[in-house]
Amino acid sequence: MATAAETAKHAEQEQVRRRWLLSTPALIIIFVAAIGPLFVMLAYSFMAKGDYGDVKFGTFSLDGWTSVLFQRDIFDDTLGLADAHLSILWRSLRLSFYTTVLTLIFGFPTAYFISTRPPHTREIWVFLVTIPFWTNLLIRTFAMQQVIRNEGLVNTALIWLGIIERPLQIMHTDVAILLGMVYVYLPLMVLPLYASMEKLDFRLVEAGYDLYASRLQVLWRIIIPLVKPGIIAGSILVFIPSLGAYVIPRILGGGKNMMLGNLIELQFGSGRNWPLGAAISITLMAMVMVALLVYVRNATRSGAGHG
Amino acid sequence: MRWKTTAAAAAIAVLALAGSAAAEGELNIFNWGDYTNPELIKKFETQHNVKVTVTDYDSNDTALAKVRAGGHGFDIVVPSANYVPIWVKEGLLLEARPDQMENFKNVDQRWVDVPWDPGRRYTVPWQWGVSGIGVNTKVYGGDINTSAIWLDPPAELVGKINVEPEMTDVLFATIKYFGGDWCTKDLEVLKKVRDKLVEAKPKWLAMDYSVTEKLPAGDYSAVYYWNGAIMRSRLKNPDIKFGYPKEGYPVFMDSVAILADAKNVDNAKLFMNFIMDPENAALISAFAKYANGIKGSEQFMPEDMRTAPELVVPAEFEKAGEFLTTCEPDVQELYTRIWTEIQK
Repeated sequence: MATAAETAKHAEQEQVRRRWLLSTPALIIIFVAAIGPLFVMLAYSFMAKGDYGDVKFGTFSLDGWTSVLFQRDIFDDTLGLADAHLSILWRSLRLSFYTTVLTLIFGFPTAYFISTRPPHTREIWVFLVTIPFWTNLLIRTFAMQQVIRNEGLVNTALIWLGIIERPLQIMHTDVAILLGMVYVYLPLMVLPLYASMEKLDFRLVEAGYDLYASRLQVLWRIIIPLVKPGIIAGSILVFIPSLGAYVIPRILGGGKNMMLGNLIELQFGSGRNWPLGAAISITLMAMVMVALLVYVRNATRSGAGHG
Repeated sequence: MRWKTTAAAAAIAVLALAGSAAAEGELNIFNWGDYTNPELIKKFETQHNVKVTVTDYDSNDTALAKVRAGGHGFDIVVPSANYVPIWVKEGLLLEARPDQMENFKNVDQRWVDVPWDPGRRYTVPWQWGVSGIGVNTKVYGGDINTSAIWLDPPAELVGKINVEPEMTDVLFATIKYFGGDWCTKDLEVLKKVRDKLVEAKPKWLAMDYSVTEKLPAGDYSAVYYWNGAIMRSRLKNPDIKFGYPKEGYPVFMDSVAILADAKNVDNAKLFMNFIMDPENAALISAFAKYANGIKGSEQFMPEDMRTAPELVVPAEFEKAGEFLTTCEPDVQELYTRIWTEIQK
């Protein structure tokens, strides 16, 4: 009947409207707190820098963007590549990559271990993995410093054992930053890995052994393809915050070995170059976005493959 | 029922806040980290019934950026001499006229007509000191009265040096190292300065602030840093010795100022007057180990400070010390660019 159809249509419209109204608060927060500031950053990156920080409003300038990659020599005024920024960018990418690989190497067996425990004990193991999150990141980083410093745990122990004679210089090096990041981001790798390993059908593993597959073949051709979404999710979760890490390189790197996060902070602080800081921030975000796009494409492909 | 309790709690909270704001209650100090004696604060709190909150910053630029951004809620800031004119020019400071305060008579004549605040209309002295060399003599036994310790480091010290991350101090010593004058525009000197810093930086371990902890602990074997912090390191580890760079070293003074948008101006003024009392000034120095610029405070200071090699400049090095002044904006710009280049 026409009236019934109309009522149904009406009800549906009503529901759509209600849904929109209900999501308005969330949308407003997203726009005001997340997307709005991005536009501010974008606008700032195209303005001239103020004398003591800040920007000169309304003065258009591309200096912020050109100085992301280029710099003018102080003495002969030639334009060259900003090797300072490039080396920091390279360090960020390299350290984030190593962090991802190392957390994967340590996280994979951990997640496998947890997911092969009896179901009722798994929760306890997952719970144990999350314990470091109870403590503030800053404190965990300072704790790391106590472990690796020249008169810290590692060096004192090694000297006492007679393995080395003088302390290993770990603090204030890239290795220190790497250690700190692996330690802090490991749970972010373990949890998604565990989530997808838990769903793994271990009958497939048994079937593999029944068909005379070696252990390596089982791992390589059965387990890894099946938990690939977890590996990718974990890698993304580790790689992205590593790229923007600030506290860890600040404390363990000694203010000399900067990463992108520190470079951005420098521009808004003593560098007094906000447009450049804004431009680097947006560059960092673009890099993260590319990484995410690759992930989404990969995830949909593997999703289609395994139904 | 629950919302009523919440509302009541909120109302009480609001009343409490309003109450504390109305009482003579508060003072918010924004000062360098590890620089304020808690005993001094406690004494001020009990004497004037004021609750003091101290917040740290780690560089002049950080402080300037934060206060310029607004909404900081601070009443007092302690900028270095070469930054005071910037704060004044930007309209960030209140002309508090400390020169008319009761205790102003105690300020050492040397620190009254200072170039950054002639006649002291905005600021009162907090502490002054020099940047110099701190070396762990167990690691290196040679001459330490030279900037070569960190600009051309001896092999024993390579990779164990910390240099203070303060642009003006680092450039000052390096310019002097090449015989230039502070605020020079001489590109030949500045090119040497830049090249030397770029060459020396890989030989440093860090550019960090945690010297009082890491120098005595052996994480650093040499530092270019402020004398008070090096003295505190020496008190923890007697192997640390202080050196005055004979090529030239910067003298600094940090001064207490009231912010133009301070909410507790009366308390801030009380505090200004309070720290010009010799006994209280001595408390400032007893903690951070820098001299303070208030006459008569020496008699209240611990004995070890009156004779400390870090504070009593030997006659032969007295001339090498020079006060840091604010350079012209174009020179400043040039220096900032050199500084940015070595921030790799």
